[in-house]
Amino acid sequence: MITRQRVALRLRVDPVACDAYGYCAEILPERVTLDEWGYPIVDGTPVDADLVALAIRAGAECPRRAVLLERVTVNR
Amino acid sequence: MSAVTLETNDRLLTVRPGGGMGPDLAEHLATHGTLSIPARDDTDWRTGIQRAVSASGLLGRGGAGFPSALKWDAVRRGRRRPMVVVNAMEGEPASAKDRVLLSYAPHLVLDGAEVVAAVVGASEIVICVAEDNRTAAAAVERAVTERMRAGIARRRMSVRRPPSRYVAGEESALVSWLDDKRGLPMLRVDKSVPLQVSRRPVVVHNVETLSQVALIARHGPDWFRRVGTPEAPGSTLVTVSGAVRSPGVFEVELGTPVVDIVRRAGLETELAGVLLGGYGGAWLHPSRLATPYAPGPLSAVGATLGVGIVIALPVGSCGITETARIARYMAGESAGQCGPCVYGLPAIATDLEQLAAGRADSAVLERIRARATAIEGRGACRHPDGVVRLVRSALAVFADDVAAHAQGRPCPGHSAGSVLRFPDGHLASRRAS
Ligand code: SF4
Ligand code: SF4
Repeated sequence: MITRQRVALRLRVDPVACDAYGYCAEILPERVTLDEWGYPIVDGTPVDADLVALAIRAGAECPRRAVLLERVTVNR
Repeated sequence: MSAVTLETNDRLLTVRPGGGMGPDLAEHLATHGTLSIPARDDTDWRTGIQRAVSASGLLGRGGAGFPSALKWDAVRRGRRRPMVVVNAMEGEPASAKDRVLLSYAPHLVLDGAEVVAAVVGASEIVICVAEDNRTAAAAVERAVTERMRAGIARRRMSVRRPPSRYVAGEESALVSWLDDKRGLPMLRVDKSVPLQVSRRPVVVHNVETLSQVALIARHGPDWFRRVGTPEAPGSTLVTVSGAVRSPGVFEVELGTPVVDIVRRAGLETELAGVLLGGYGGAWLHPSRLATPYAPGPLSAVGATLGVGIVIALPVGSCGITETARIARYMAGESAGQCGPCVYGLPAIATDLEQLAAGRADSAVLERIRARATAIEGRGACRHPDGVVRLVRSALAVFADDVAAHAQGRPCPGHSAGSVLRFPDGHLASRRAS
């Protein structure tokens, strides 16, 4: 059987760099919530196509460059 | 120096040291026999060693339990010559096995380091002993000098002394200290990419792992598998403390029932529980003391081998109070880099202290569980995850006490002394009461 695969984006936060600015949760509440101390809790499931642009923006706007976008291969 | 109890079938700790220092090179060779390591890369020898160590089923003894031979291919492939780092940091306050091994069998550890260095083509071996651990450092320094004099050291070997902190021995923290002296854990995005010092790939092994490699290189995988279980072969070092007559370091076969390990150290009383692994380990319920001491059976009961710590908690002690002390200590040992660890651990420690004292509000258990779930997996290293595991195990193992404490009825054990050890000057025990 042939499984078809595609490349998807997954969000991750570098906890060492992150300083709890919270922009990521503001930009992408679908994937990021904040804990009681204001640090992001990230849903690491692949980002849906309609959210990719926002995920990239969250990465670009993080003042600490702590939002990492990882490429992962997923089955369709 | 901790007490060490030797048995005739011990493999690692076979020689009594003269005057506290380890056996010299001649005694070492008389005990274990010579070990020939080729001066240049020798494919047959190298693949032979890799096969033997893979076939032996040796799992790393530094806490992660990773198949040792798997670490080697990744660093061999690099363009720059790798470095072998011997991790003798032993930051767990209740552990003494690494320092005992370095004092009793420094040459066995160095043999193992030489074997790995030859396999991966390393040009240098660095042995890291914590700053405050003078005895072990002296033993290994002496052994290094002896090898230099005897002309059997094939590559540069040096002893380094990173600061004595709980997380200093975490692999990426240790490597970061060697590289830029920061000594802080790093987020490893891709674990298959080797860590680096001065842009050279690094392979890090715990001292016990290396001694086992030295024995397997001499006697082969079948010999290694003669003790232990098929899934967890070999013997291992444990540090037993708490309610026992002769606390100290013991060599045990993997698969030995936990209760037999505690008995070897002279079990004196009925137990309320046993702490296994380390301060980021787990409590074992007294009804589970027959569990074989091996990764599989222990993980089935939520516990882990960790770094071989076994602490007997006597009936009459309060497991919640003890857990609160550990949580406070671990909060203070956070490397201070990641929010969930920096804020989460002290918050959980405070929750536990209030629970222990019977002064907590009605939402405390819910809060502890929620905070544990919130911080799990969110640090750059596994420091917070260890605390989460320990705290969850405490809530389960001491469930009856937890319920009583939560209703404002702390047990008398709350004011009893602690069976735990903390580094001098640490305030955990005072704060918890
Ligand atoms: S925007 Fe960046 S610094 Fe701010 S919370 Fe998100 S990851 Fe952390
Ligand atoms: S999780 Fe804690 S101990 Fe680990 S790097 Fe982050 S702050 Fe430091």
